[in-house]
Amino acid sequence: MGSIQLSNTVPDSDEFRALLKKEYESDLSLCYQCGKCSAGCPAAFAMENTVRQIIRMVQLGLTKEALTTYSIWVCASCETCSTRCPRHVEPAKVMEALRIEAKKAGLVADKRADLFNDLFLQSVSNHGRLHEVGLIMRYNLLSGQWFKDAMLAPSMMMQGKLKVLPESIKNKEAVAKIFKNVQKKRGGQK
Amino acid sequence: MKRIGVFVCHCGTNIANTVHCDQVAEVAKDFPGVVYSCDYKYMCAEPGQQLIQDAVREHNLDGYVVAACSPRMHEPTFRKCAERAGLNPYMIEQVNIREQCSWVHADKEKGTEKSIDLLRMAVAKARKNEPLSSSTIPVTKRALVIGAGIAGIQTAIDIADNGFQVTLLDREHSIGGRMAQVDKTFPTLDCSACILTPKMVEAAQHPNIEMVTYAEVTAVDGFVGNFDVTIRKKARYVDFDKCTGCGACQEKCPKKVSSEFEMGLGPRKAIYVPFPQAVPNKPVIDAEHCRYLLDGKCGVCKKICPTEAVDYEQKDEVIVERYGSIVVATGFDQFDISKYEEYGAGRYPDVITGLHLERLMNASGPTAGKIKRPSDGKVPEKIVFIKCVGSRDEAKGRPYCSKACCMYVAKHATLIKEKMPQSKSYIFYMDVRTGGKSYEEFYKRTQEQYDGQYIRGRVSKIFQVGDKLIVRGEDSLIGRPVEIEADLVVLAAGMEPRADAVALARTLGISYDQHGWYTEAHPKLQPIETHTAGIYLAGVCQGPKDIPESVAQASAAAVKATGLLSKGELTSEAMIAECNEAVCAGCGLCISVCPYKAIEKKKVSERVHGQMKERVVAVVNPGLCQGCGACTVNCPSSAMNINGFTNEQILAEVDALCQR
Repeated sequence: MGSIQLSNTVPDSDEFRALLKKEYESDLSLCYQCGKCSAGCPAAFAMENTVRQIIRMVQLGLTKEALTTYSIWVCASCETCSTRCPRHVEPAKVMEALRIEAKKAGLVADKRADLFNDLFLQSVSNHGRLHEVGLIMRYNLLSGQWFKDAMLAPSMMMQGKLKVLPESIKNKEAVAKIFKNVQKKRGGQK
Repeated sequence: MKRIGVFVCHCGTNIANTVHCDQVAEVAKDFPGVVYSCDYKYMCAEPGQQLIQDAVREHNLDGYVVAACSPRMHEPTFRKCAERAGLNPYMIEQVNIREQCSWVHADKEKGTEKSIDLLRMAVAKARKNEPLSSSTIPVTKRALVIGAGIAGIQTAIDIADNGFQVTLLDREHSIGGRMAQVDKTFPTLDCSACILTPKMVEAAQHPNIEMVTYAEVTAVDGFVGNFDVTIRKKARYVDFDKCTGCGACQEKCPKKVSSEFEMGLGPRKAIYVPFPQAVPNKPVIDAEHCRYLLDGKCGVCKKICPTEAVDYEQKDEVIVERYGSIVVATGFDQFDISKYEEYGAGRYPDVITGLHLERLMNASGPTAGKIKRPSDGKVPEKIVFIKCVGSRDEAKGRPYCSKACCMYVAKHATLIKEKMPQSKSYIFYMDVRTGGKSYEEFYKRTQEQYDGQYIRGRVSKIFQVGDKLIVRGEDSLIGRPVEIEADLVVLAAGMEPRADAVALARTLGISYDQHGWYTEAHPKLQPIETHTAGIYLAGVCQGPKDIPESVAQASAAAVKATGLLSKGELTSEAMIAECNEAVCAGCGLCISVCPYKAIEKKKVSERVHGQMKERVVAVVNPGLCQGCGACTVNCPSSAMNINGFTNEQILAEVDALCQR
């Protein structure tokens, strides 16, 4: 492993940290690397880098490494880390910020998770609420795993857990407006 | 017209880099009253002061203005310089063009302009300066020490050894404080009681020390040299003159209460001595739990007492005593761990604090020194320590380091291994802070000889599975979550100010920080003094400390307190309020706003239209007045003035600024 040239990486990434602070109110200089976030993370078992390590990457200026890590897409946004963080870093917010920035930079590591997120939001924006069957079918088709979880469908259908046709809420324009506002604010997709 | 001199200081480059000092000195020459003006590199240095003295004599100056740093730094220097030059020290003014100009401005032109304005104002004021003199007040040669932990005891002994009377006061009924609860002390592992109890006994027997326990300070009046302190002595319901401390009452008392001294791990009785080495070693009745005092039933202690010392009729006693100086040594509370819900603290009996462990290890503790789990009395094998609980945690409102925990955890791990060689200690840390003589070596030994396993990371969660506690953290050095099945978890709970620290600070009139630690007058150069003259700090009440540091500060506080007491009289402030009796209407508004109770009413007789008439006016006690100015702004008839800051002088400054 070659050494990290901190004299370059740190100053070169000042802008990115400033962006996180300004746009997402995430000040990573607060983090003192205690690891309380990673220790309590229920998704940590599936992560190649722990939350603490990802924050460290950003602190050291390894921005691209942080944006391309698969782990940010494993985060379930449960916010256990944010609740327990002794320094108010709010790691869950940082993970979300990194996902948005990864998307903007075209550096999404987990294409399927990204696709799922997009389809989920699309469904909510169209109907005002989630249409599970529509989401799963589109996801399976577009991600090329046509029969994923298909065997679960009959029993769920029998128990009335799945509705074939989408149901809309009463005032779905209001939800659509939320999406529009967010898009306007972010100037992007998500 | 007064002849004023102006001296502009460069403060090396501190001022000169942002202010054209020569220009300021040049402009000042044209100010009304200025007969001499110059600039120099260091006015506070010997040649600078010589320059001032020479100029005073040569130009026959009546007063002068120094434009330099903050008056807090060097006003006394320049006042003394004036005295040496034969001037009244209050004929000078100091303008702060460092903190107020050069350090806060980047633009040299603007810095210069502002310096000139400030100087113009000061010259206008200096022209109206009058010679002032201070008076003297006698000093009561007795000290009060509030809090009788190790810091308070040490302070009292040192003051007493210096030959002064001292009252050692504690609200608990034994002296000894937190150190009495501790089993052994780092880094030498002396038994805490073995080194503390001789000091407790010395304090109790010293002819110059009056021990007042089970008592609280409820009010403080007066000022440095003469504090009038109101002390409430709580009813003990035991006559100490009759009691022999035989202990029969304790044995027979039927009411068991959870012992505060044992951190709730053991029982005590309603009539009790908190621990075997307590001083005084005579019992008190806890009125909240005594059956007789609550319901009028029982009375066993009174029946059994061979000397008839039990007296249920005793009442709280309030006394007022006068002291010359006060040392505050009220210590700390342990952080309330139940705020860490993720650690199950307060819910799981086997998640305890360092002080609990001290009691479990202590030979006179509830388990007679055998470490047993509070839940089932089993001997624990795997013990997890978690550091920085209630320290370095902004989310819990405690961002500071409690300083002693790193060492006490190392001590605990060492002692546990010595007591139970089959046990294993795991220590979660974020940083190991062992700054102190022989501290780092001690920590090293904990790892090398006593098998302490240090893990870098903060624990996220503790949960119970069967009779085990599962501790989940991240080893941040390897970057992976880790789990330990523990029998006992010890939280290194930090220190926090006493719950009523702020209330006491208000009673005493001393300042405190956002957490409630008492504030020293200067963080580096006056770490013992408070902002209130005559009140000093010792021990943890000022901020987290370990025992050696507390003792060092205690001795320092004793020196400060005796230094004050050894003076026959104190020089009072010269810049104090004065009442112009001719215009005073005697309304008394000033009396109600004066924080030092320095103003009283008096009657004056005067002749009006050929008749003698009596009239009420305000009069200022120069010994008590601190020159705060509250009365001057409150006075509806402008009769009150602060000498050196008269209304006339302040208006002259305003005029000077407006007329530029």
